[in-house]
Amino acid sequence: MAALGRACLLLALAVCVYGIGASVYGVRTGRLEFSESGRRSVYALAGILTVAFAVLEVAFLHNDFAFNTVADTSSRTTPTFYKAAAVWSSQEGSLLLWAWLLSLWSSLVLFLTRGRLRDVTAYATAILLGFGGFFIALMVFYAQPFATTSPAPSEGVGLDPLLRFPTMMIHPPMLYSGYTLCTIPLAFGMGALLARRVDAEWIRLTRRFAFAAWFFLGIGILLGARWSYSELGWGGYWGWDAVENASLMPWLTGTAFLHSLMIQEKRGMLKVWNVSLVLATGTLAIMGTFLVRSGVLNSIHAFGGATLGVPFVVLIAALIAASIYLVVSRREMLRSEHRLDSLLSREAVFLANNLVLVALCFVIFWGTYFPLISQALTGREASVGPPWFDRYTVPLALVLVLLSGIGPVIAWRRATLANARRNFLVPIVVALLTLIVLLAAGVTQKPLAIAMFCCGAFVFGSIGQEFFRGVRARRAMAGETPPVALVALVRRNRRRYGGYIVHIGIAVLFVGVAASSSFQHASELGLSPGQSTRVGAYTISYVRPTASVTPDYDSAGTPAGRELSAILRSERGVTLAPDSARTGASLSLGAVLDVSKGGRHVATLRPSEGYYDSNDPTQGSVGHFIGGQPVSHVALNAGVTRDVWSAIAPNIETPRLKRIIALGNRTLPFIRPGEGIVAIAAMAGAYMQDPPQAQFHFIVSPLVMWIWIGGLIVGGGALIAIWPAPSAIRRRVVARSRARAAHGLVRA
Amino acid sequence: MNPARKRTVRLVVALSAAVVLASALIYTSFSAASVALSPSQLLRQAQPGRSYLLTGTVVAHSVVRSGEELNFSVADRAGGATAVPVAYTGTVPDPFREGREVIVTVQKQGGRYVGERNSLITKCPSKYKEAPVPASGGASQKQPS
Repeated sequence: MAALGRACLLLALAVCVYGIGASVYGVRTGRLEFSESGRRSVYALAGILTVAFAVLEVAFLHNDFAFNTVADTSSRTTPTFYKAAAVWSSQEGSLLLWAWLLSLWSSLVLFLTRGRLRDVTAYATAILLGFGGFFIALMVFYAQPFATTSPAPSEGVGLDPLLRFPTMMIHPPMLYSGYTLCTIPLAFGMGALLARRVDAEWIRLTRRFAFAAWFFLGIGILLGARWSYSELGWGGYWGWDAVENASLMPWLTGTAFLHSLMIQEKRGMLKVWNVSLVLATGTLAIMGTFLVRSGVLNSIHAFGGATLGVPFVVLIAALIAASIYLVVSRREMLRSEHRLDSLLSREAVFLANNLVLVALCFVIFWGTYFPLISQALTGREASVGPPWFDRYTVPLALVLVLLSGIGPVIAWRRATLANARRNFLVPIVVALLTLIVLLAAGVTQKPLAIAMFCCGAFVFGSIGQEFFRGVRARRAMAGETPPVALVALVRRNRRRYGGYIVHIGIAVLFVGVAASSSFQHASELGLSPGQSTRVGAYTISYVRPTASVTPDYDSAGTPAGRELSAILRSERGVTLAPDSARTGASLSLGAVLDVSKGGRHVATLRPSEGYYDSNDPTQGSVGHFIGGQPVSHVALNAGVTRDVWSAIAPNIETPRLKRIIALGNRTLPFIRPGEGIVAIAAMAGAYMQDPPQAQFHFIVSPLVMWIWIGGLIVGGGALIAIWPAPSAIRRRVVARSRARAAHGLVRA
Repeated sequence: MNPARKRTVRLVVALSAAVVLASALIYTSFSAASVALSPSQLLRQAQPGRSYLLTGTVVAHSVVRSGEELNFSVADRAGGATAVPVAYTGTVPDPFREGREVIVTVQKQGGRYVGERNSLITKCPSKYKEAPVPASGGASQKQPS
């Protein structure tokens, strides 16, 4: 099987090289059949990489530990669901996922644009195949997913327990789809420059893909934040970590592009800016992949070797150089067709929004790469922390949210006073009312959060007014009931109203962020059973400890598993069950917490800490069962107004518990793993009998749920905007038949 | 003022504003940054009251929890006997263990190194995995670690 995988990669590399040659030759000499062949080689690449990916997936599901990546990131005890997801947890597997998704998305865009702008698409084909070839070459020469060891190890290391979280199945494919989709507008933008066809046509062809890139990247970022909040025992959703920033940067420039392209379509302006944004977005996406995959910031983070650094730096340098050359050499063609008429116009607001987004991106870029910059300039490694990021990003975010309320209602070209009064009275009143209500309710600290609430209210006012007017107009014209009119309104103009819904979602999201980060109560302390503490308005008491032991995730129902459960039942209080999150922990220690407010019971929380098998014989026949990395399983009571979040870190390092493990290691042989787990159960029993003080982390933060709800609204709005409208399809069919008729007339 | 001149003025004003803002950003980044030091560097050059990013590995058998405070020692990644004892409070990430690489913001207070609350970072599992050296061929730029 590994040989098949390796053969696929070599073949894929050959297809890429051929396809690049054929496309470029075809467009240079005007021989269409060659560029057609180049396009087909993208389809072939997609087919080959699908086979390669399937080979690796099968190897994971069949526990084929001869594959190095399988042995490193999977094991027999890893639950099947997570075996399937483990494919992309390794460096090699994630490169394969990247290349595979790139080939699929490229095939889709080239299929949909077949027969249009042939010269641009031919160049785009070559560029996309160039990216594909780059990643495949990495897999052939540097990080080989199909490398094998003989003889095969009998057991693997297992998937890192921190990654055993349901969204891990979906987060990387989403993020990578976003990254790969970002390269599509880049390829078409470069193609348009190379072919010297810089009107809005190429933008129209790839607009939907730019939107899709933005959509997938956004979903990926949101899922990452969700994972961080509910899996890492930290309680935050964003920490300005280099890897988070890497995915946010192309999303910001992509957002800027989605706005400014409208100006090019409508007014023929901002051509240089648009093409630069597209090139920057694609380059930032590649840099994001590079940052995640190369460990280039290991000077600070210092985690692991950078084997992929040099090829990536070469690729990025080439991309930047080519972008600058193309834009500069074609600057005459990129002249604007119109001038900005007034600073009070939709064009100007869009421009301001673009500047804010690019400024945000610059701040984040500077902060993320600061360790490298500082090293280069001062020779010292240094880095900036979250407070530095917050100082710049918070005011910029405020302006951004405000602009998202102004943009949709201000007039094109030049806003008049009458226009302003007509459109801005309601939003301003709504924002002021919000301010008055907040102040009256006693919310006077945290001016930045209050400002964000008012900006959010302004957006709700302005977009709500737009929807209201649209519905009213339809009702007046067609006499429809309000819900029907609303649906019809959105369906008639998906892009516009989808965009408005996105703006609402962004405002909701930022209100959630502002509230949860500013009005949070957190507490970290040690508690013994029976003790309680106050967090904000809530009293949380540690009722009793819990313990559960899983012999072998897949054998819980087998005769051996039943026999073991009979033995384990004698240990009081210890349950024999998979850990509550079903992640394959061998031991899970937790707590039952009672949450109450003003004497009234609110919720019962059961946070736990999972201990995993390290499969490392040096930790002893018993010790290895819990020698892996412990992982917190957070318990939270999510609500519309607030989340109560809890995590526990039990203490298993007491002398008594250590003695049990040491005794087990000395007396129990490796060959009978069933007995080893009994020792773990005995230890859990001892823990239950005399529970030592455990460390707890509690957070009560308001409106966190609205971050996820806002994200869903954004996603929903984006889907509405992205979906091909039936009228558009009809128009295209009509246009095509008309073109054919015209063609016939000319011939006749 | 004619329109062309007006546009030029506007452009110059906008660009100057951008340059001023960018300079402020760059200036604050240098003054707000904490310097990353290895334990042996920290012992040599730490000044009381300044924050440093201490990077290194947690020394085996050095982790002791006493109430709120977590005490551990950090040694150079390259190995060696120099280790800095750190008194830390706040969130301890799951992957924190003896032998793991960590980054923690510390200040020298008297003879002690006190960790800033919630500043402890450990290796992130998926991203910074030790890159495997290719089995056959392939230039490897594995950094000395």
